[in-house]
Amino acid sequence: MDTSASEQRLEQLREKAWQEGVVPGRGVDVAGGPIPRKPGYYGEPVVKPPVWTWEVPLYFFFGGIGGMSAVIAFGAVLFDHVDLARAAMWTAAIAGAVLSPILLIMDLGRPHRFLNMLRVFKHRSAMSMGAWILTAFGACAVAGLIALELHAHQISPGTLNQLLSFAAGIFIFGAAIFGTLLATYTGVLIGATAIPAWFLHRTLLPIHFGTAGLGSAAAVLELMGHRIPALNFLGFYAAAVETALLIWLSVAKHGAADRAIHEHGSGWFIRIGEILTGPLALILRFFGFIPWAAISFLVGALVSRMGWIAVGKVSGSDPESVFAAERY
Amino acid sequence: MIGEGLQSSNQRKHSYVRDNVEVGFFTDPTVCIGCKACEVACKEWNHVPDDGFTWTGNSYDNTGHLGASTWRHVMFLEQDRQKGSQITGPMSLGDHDPFRWVFLSDVCKHCEEAGCLEACPTGSIVRTETGTVFVQDDVCNGCGYCVVSCPFGVIDRRPTPLPDAGGAFKCTFCYDRQKSGLVPACAKVCPTESIVFGRLDDLRTRAKERVQHLQGLGYNDAQLYDPLETSVRGIHAFFLILGEPEAYGLPPKPQVPTIYLESAWTAAFATAIASLIVTLLAFAFSS
Repeated sequence: MDTSASEQRLEQLREKAWQEGVVPGRGVDVAGGPIPRKPGYYGEPVVKPPVWTWEVPLYFFFGGIGGMSAVIAFGAVLFDHVDLARAAMWTAAIAGAVLSPILLIMDLGRPHRFLNMLRVFKHRSAMSMGAWILTAFGACAVAGLIALELHAHQISPGTLNQLLSFAAGIFIFGAAIFGTLLATYTGVLIGATAIPAWFLHRTLLPIHFGTAGLGSAAAVLELMGHRIPALNFLGFYAAAVETALLIWLSVAKHGAADRAIHEHGSGWFIRIGEILTGPLALILRFFGFIPWAAISFLVGALVSRMGWIAVGKVSGSDPESVFAAERY
Repeated sequence: MIGEGLQSSNQRKHSYVRDNVEVGFFTDPTVCIGCKACEVACKEWNHVPDDGFTWTGNSYDNTGHLGASTWRHVMFLEQDRQKGSQITGPMSLGDHDPFRWVFLSDVCKHCEEAGCLEACPTGSIVRTETGTVFVQDDVCNGCGYCVVSCPFGVIDRRPTPLPDAGGAFKCTFCYDRQKSGLVPACAKVCPTESIVFGRLDDLRTRAKERVQHLQGLGYNDAQLYDPLETSVRGIHAFFLILGEPEAYGLPPKPQVPTIYLESAWTAAFATAIASLIVTLLAFAFSS
């Protein structure tokens, strides 16, 4: 046998690789050594991680604010808080009918074909349902806002003004109904996928996204100066539900299958987001620091949305998560 | 089958599209020689752009995984296990331990219940006359939802600056060739007929016989990978595998994500109704 130094080194490496499965060091680092010891096929992802970029968590954030603002506007209209109703409808229209579609279109690989979203109606595709919900919401929110503003400015004669008031009520009701769906469907969207950390939490996600949307909408309106007990109550409610969800998330662990939520940087995103929307917002609100509670909730709602997308990328790239989830 | 010459289902012309016959691929690693002709033929016929020349260091596999620009992928498994009744001796790794090199050409599975097809919001992804799953590139707007809906991690969005970037791509089952009565490019060129194209029912029968034959030869861990019992309800491109599916990066129990819709929508509707009621109560009690 050739006993040159390089041959001996090669033998050493082979021996080490055989014993430990991996050879450390550059140049000799044949991934996993001669016999692969990585999970799955050389540690390659089994499912594909999401291709979505920053637009999508931002869309979830603004969609939640817009959708739930319409719900608050509906409550405000019913109970004669006209100024609040107008502010809420402006928020709903800007966040839900302008920013949301722009972000959603920006995220497409081929943005000029965004209208193809309305080519079919597929109730088994959450993305298709979302496109239709966003369209219906946008139409109702914009129509409701116009009717409400025309009515508030009293520019038309008596009967027409009555009609405008009626139309505003109908459209704002429609915006409220589609708004609740706009804020919650996004949880279904990522919950009904092949990404383990997402589908294992498919019941938590719509509750979290919807509640974060409601709390964020109330927070935006409070920061705009509408300090009324009803919004404070909604702030308490949302922060309390978020606290409960934080506990749920820390109790209902699925081991390797959803470790992206509990380990890695993505896990920190989720935890920081949940603490800001949950316990911190609750405490701040309890002690009367309402603007700070509102800011804490808004930041947390955005961070946790970014966290859930980051979790999807980590979880989707982790073959062991997929295998572990399927063993459930 | 080998020995049938031009009468093999891999070579002769057919009319499956016209006759609405369900077709499939049966891929058998025990006769694959790892030549990657399927990868090359696929790229050539379908004008699939290159997606980078990188050395993975994973055996002879520098393709890595299926994706928007990789529709066939030959896997190279190195396992410390015996292949059939192979005799192990001084030539095998570790002097006396068993060692085997397994090649398997991976491809889109063309699921009976396809996650990508269900998820597609534009109707770009359709099922063809032969039961395969096809992406209409002129309709796809690149929303990326099919990418996370595929339980096998096959379909992907093609990044810029590659040609036709932004859309989702995967194996077409050579739908264009099939319409002209031709065999898909990968099966046509496969020199050992490791990839067999044909009628799905014929292939399933043939695959069962092949597994029995191999087990008789001592391939004790030979099995079919065709998830008929899960919500995917079977795949049109199924595989014979040696050992566990995990080693091939194949999910052991793939599920079509639409089965999660019911519980997710229930939670969404409950949250929607709760939000409406709580908001109205908040105004009612504070007014």
